Amino acid sequence: MSRTVPSATPPRPLPKSSGRPNQLFRNLNSKIALTPMILVAAVVFFGGTIWTVIYSFTNSRLLPRASFVGFDQYERLWASSRWIISIQNLLIYGILSLIFSLVVGFVLAALMDQKIRFESAFRTIFLYPFALSFIVTGLVWQWILNPEFGVQGIVRSLGWTSFTFDPLYNPDIVIYGILIAGLWQGTGLVMCLMLAGLRGIDEDIWKAARVDGIPMWRTYLFVVIPMMRPVFITTLVLIGSGIVKLYDLVVAQTSGGPGNASEVPAKYVYDYMFQAQNLGQGFAASTMMLLTVAIIIIPWAYLEFGGKKRG
Amino acid sequence: MTDLSNSVSIRDLSLHFGAVTVLQNLDLDIKDGEFLVLLGSSGCGKSTLLNCIAGLLEPTDGQIFIKDKNVTWEEPKDRGIGMVFQSYALYPQMTVEKNLSFGLRVAGMPKDEIAKRIARASNILQIEPLLQRKPAALSGGQRQRVAIGRALVRDVDVFLFDEPLSNLDAKLRSELRVEIKRLHQSLKNTMIYVTHDQIEALTLADRIAIMKSGVIQQLDDPITIYNRPRNKFVAGFIGSPSMNFLTGELADEGGRTVFRTHGTSFSLAGYETTEALTPGRKVVLGVRPEHIKVDSDLTGEEAHDAIVDIEEPMGADNLIWLKLAGHTISVRIGGARRYAVGAKVRLGFDMTMASLFDAETEERI
Amino acid sequence: MANVSTLNATGAAIDAVRTEIAAGPRGKKPKKVLSRRNIMIYGILGLAALYYLLPLYVMVVTSLKGMPEVRLGNIFSPPMEITFEPWVKAWAEACTGLNCDGLSRGFWNSVRILVPSVIVSIAVASVSGYALANWRFKGSELFFSVLIIGAFIPYQVMIYPLVIILREIGIYGSLTGLVIVHTIFGMPILTLLFRNYFAGLPEELFKAARIDGAGFWQIYGRIMLPMSLPIFVVAIIIQVTGIWNDFLFGVVFTRPDTYPMTVQLNNIVNSVQGVKEYNVNMAATLLTGAVPLIVYFVSGRLFVRGIAAGAVKG
Repeated sequence: MSRTVPSATPPRPLPKSSGRPNQLFRNLNSKIALTPMILVAAVVFFGGTIWTVIYSFTNSRLLPRASFVGFDQYERLWASSRWIISIQNLLIYGILSLIFSLVVGFVLAALMDQKIRFESAFRTIFLYPFALSFIVTGLVWQWILNPEFGVQGIVRSLGWTSFTFDPLYNPDIVIYGILIAGLWQGTGLVMCLMLAGLRGIDEDIWKAARVDGIPMWRTYLFVVIPMMRPVFITTLVLIGSGIVKLYDLVVAQTSGGPGNASEVPAKYVYDYMFQAQNLGQGFAASTMMLLTVAIIIIPWAYLEFGGKKRG
Repeated sequence: MTDLSNSVSIRDLSLHFGAVTVLQNLDLDIKDGEFLVLLGSSGCGKSTLLNCIAGLLEPTDGQIFIKDKNVTWEEPKDRGIGMVFQSYALYPQMTVEKNLSFGLRVAGMPKDEIAKRIARASNILQIEPLLQRKPAALSGGQRQRVAIGRALVRDVDVFLFDEPLSNLDAKLRSELRVEIKRLHQSLKNTMIYVTHDQIEALTLADRIAIMKSGVIQQLDDPITIYNRPRNKFVAGFIGSPSMNFLTGELADEGGRTVFRTHGTSFSLAGYETTEALTPGRKVVLGVRPEHIKVDSDLTGEEAHDAIVDIEEPMGADNLIWLKLAGHTISVRIGGARRYAVGAKVRLGFDMTMASLFDAETEERI
Repeated sequence: MANVSTLNATGAAIDAVRTEIAAGPRGKKPKKVLSRRNIMIYGILGLAALYYLLPLYVMVVTSLKGMPEVRLGNIFSPPMEITFEPWVKAWAEACTGLNCDGLSRGFWNSVRILVPSVIVSIAVASVSGYALANWRFKGSELFFSVLIIGAFIPYQVMIYPLVIILREIGIYGSLTGLVIVHTIFGMPILTLLFRNYFAGLPEELFKAARIDGAGFWQIYGRIMLPMSLPIFVVAIIIQVTGIWNDFLFGVVFTRPDTYPMTVQLNNIVNSVQGVKEYNVNMAATLLTGAVPLIVYFVSGRLFVRGIAAGAVKG
């Protein structure tokens, strides 16, 4: 085979790059395409939040006014019994909702995991409430808890004439009436997530536990549940962020009543912002809501993502 | 009558999943202290059989005896077995010590007895320094030892292994293989071991049960399986590089019966069989690459001409592929001997180590 | 180790082993269908199913009764005389204080809100997800993180500034404004969904297309879109359910004549003075819940995948 003689002339010099680097125009299409997202993130999410927090320190009434009054709105907020009630309600609803959702959701998922028949049917039944609006849920349960025709009426007609169960008219227990409705809507989702988590458990673990002679309940309690920690945490965060947003359900089921007994922060915000012509209060209340969420989310985010940054 | 020294006996075991038959009328006797390997490729039923013995799967029919006790309806924990899984299946949130003691604690064993057993097991398996660690902090080999330890502390007669080394890399696999063999020698327990790796089977087993489609093809010690395979499947499965197969027929030549293929005749002198070699019968001749002699190896047996097609030098050995009588066959020779493509060589088969199979039934003749 | 020679009396050991079946347990262990375990499992599941189905039953049953029957019985008693009058009334005649057109007005409003909102929000989010997955640039991930964090921020904190912005542009209270709001707040979940999906597609496809000379939009339209039908279906399910069921944005960003069905429903039931027509209320509730329920029952598994996808963040 012949071989070419290497050329004696040096290679042609490359053309110099044309002046200023135009980084900004690289990947232009993508930047254009992402403009909506950037705008939303910067203006609405970031900017809007900052704006609301800043204006919570003002005296705004019907329209926003830049007259700053320090922590005035917050003092009035925490002096308002209506706000205190809303916070109490949120706490009760939140804690009970978390506990019951997780327990009921997990138990149902564990039962569904037992290779039963009609699994599809059961799942369809448990999950369909999730497809409904909170308004629908609230109204239906309002009707079911109707003292005359609903649960109370039925139990009384069966003989227990002194049976009382009218949460929607009883300020002390109204939040539990809302809780029943909220659980009805939300536990289906928790069950789905738990079931997915259970299905992710290596089957060999179950076999090993059987060979070791571990009874099923102990396997669930001491082996499976500890293994499902990530699923539990995700579910917790999900339920938690949903609790703070509790609004439509209350509006539909009780309109905040009787009186203010079933008031919740989200409703407080709306009422003051758009009906009572007191924007300042509304801003302060929503900033408080933001704070509550931050207290839940920030530790979780640090746990989930902060640890990975190291090493 | 069942031999009293049987550790595990299986009678007429069948397992159907709907229309699919996984195990068919299986019979098997495993002696006390024996290391039995269930060997086969995926789907042959070996894991299914092991799970039935363990009690994790219910058979459709048949019986299982462990130490002469009918355990067909017993829970796994009451069968006197310990099991080691492919994925180790260690309880991830517990320390090694808790992993080992969990079952014993649940059974209500006194604390000092538990401590004694853990000490013994961790001593044998050399996992004492690992007792307070969690499985995530262990290497693959360490995890497998802990898994074996979990079975050890149960103080049982029979150990079941479900492809325990398949998740490890090659080097670790060969290390742990030796350890398992040593373990068997020191403990002398009955061990039933499932694998698809024939090397593991050949090195570890007292007897191998090769399975295909839920039926045991052959149950013998490794040497017999290697040298006297019962059918063509076993012959082709065991041995690497695999056995050469030549299709042809038996013929009569001058009073002697020979094997004829594509016009070439091979003498069958030295081949041991109790069957009648009737001329005209269609057969398959099987010869292993290391049982074929080339050129200077020949010591007077019948030789034929062959042409070298490809050679695969592997360091210690050289595998050469040759064309002979219309077939391509492989021959193993020493690594120092090299052949050029197209070279002509003289080949002779060692008929004492060969196998003849009926072309239709694939059974050994 | 056991002596090999004693293990094999004969060469082919299987035949020697076959003996008679001994007496005693064989085959499958007999199991009672009505075992304690089964009773417990199906019992609890059955009771739970009852709790979940109850409201649906009550809704249907109440909506098919005449008012006198409603007052006579209780919520569980089945109708003795089935009538569809409450349904007709709910749809066409119910009063919401301003007019008595029934829910039909709200229904069509919801449809008018739903269709553009779904289309726009999914279009924007899918392109954004695609850009984030394949065409990253400095800062893109940062903005995405802000977006995701924004998903956790309660809407109330960002609502008023949004009202101001829409007012300035002049679309506050209009359909366009509400469509934009739905697009904005649907972005976090949907963008995450699409980004993860596109990132999971084989990179080789993308590289091959670029080598062939295709650009940003061409790759999106010719390659990514045709491969993404499943995720689009999931996104549609999430958005249809979320937007149809929305109440807060409906009540803040619309005027009375553009109220969506949910807002109207609440007005019909809760702000009626005088006699409460429970049967009409229940019919109205069922009508409002019908659309997402149908989507749910039709989509089955996909729905589960959709909420699981939407529910798992990060």
